[in-house]
Amino acid sequence: MAPRPAPSVRVQAEDFDPGREQALLTQGRRDIGALVSFVGLCRDEDGALESLELEHYPGMAEAEIARVADQALERWPLQGLTIIHRFGRILAGERIVLVIAAARRRADAFAAAEFLMDYLKTRAPFWKKERRADGAAGDWVEAKSDDDNAAERWR
Amino acid sequence: MRALYFAWVRERIGLAEEEIAPPGEVATVRQLIDWLSARGDGYAAAFANPATIRAAVDKSHAAPDAPIGAAREIAFFPPMTGG
Repeated sequence: MAPRPAPSVRVQAEDFDPGREQALLTQGRRDIGALVSFVGLCRDEDGALESLELEHYPGMAEAEIARVADQALERWPLQGLTIIHRFGRILAGERIVLVIAAARRRADAFAAAEFLMDYLKTRAPFWKKERRADGAAGDWVEAKSDDDNAAERWR
Repeated sequence: MRALYFAWVRERIGLAEEEIAPPGEVATVRQLIDWLSARGDGYAAAFANPATIRAAVDKSHAAPDAPIGAAREIAFFPPMTGG
């Protein structure tokens, strides 16, 4: 089997360009058969939400995403992996998170991308606070038991 | 050791981080939560429901019974909501 690729993990305030990231991952490659790209967006909750403030734990966020990426590389024969997670103020409609998994076969790329998102949600140290469109004080977003269940099914 | 607080744990305590020196008998994450809770109303409010508190020791997730003896940095926060 080919050597394990080094995942590209970034935690940043700036936006990212999914097309550019896909191109970087596949540049000069002829062996990749499947690329699954997931983009998480800030939704406006039917007009109620103006933006999210994403707090994170610098240092641990990068380390934890890298640990989850290593688990994905252990479980599936991936040929490339890019994970970007933003922090700071993110307006409704903007991108929050990107996962790109490259593999020879689509089943591996799909499974790895879904696993990564399920695990990022429950293990990466980020917290969302809502800023409401009507100016009222927003709340911290509560963790959903659905997210725990989604992560649990990979055990 | 350095204590770090995030999200509503930070807001309730009123600090993002501080230097703490718990006594030797405070040996686990759970015991440190109990010790911190006695430091004031903000701490008591932050740690009122331990089931909603997550901890990390030196930037790795840590269970309530994890030892804290050699830790340089310990963080407390609510369940994560990234992604």
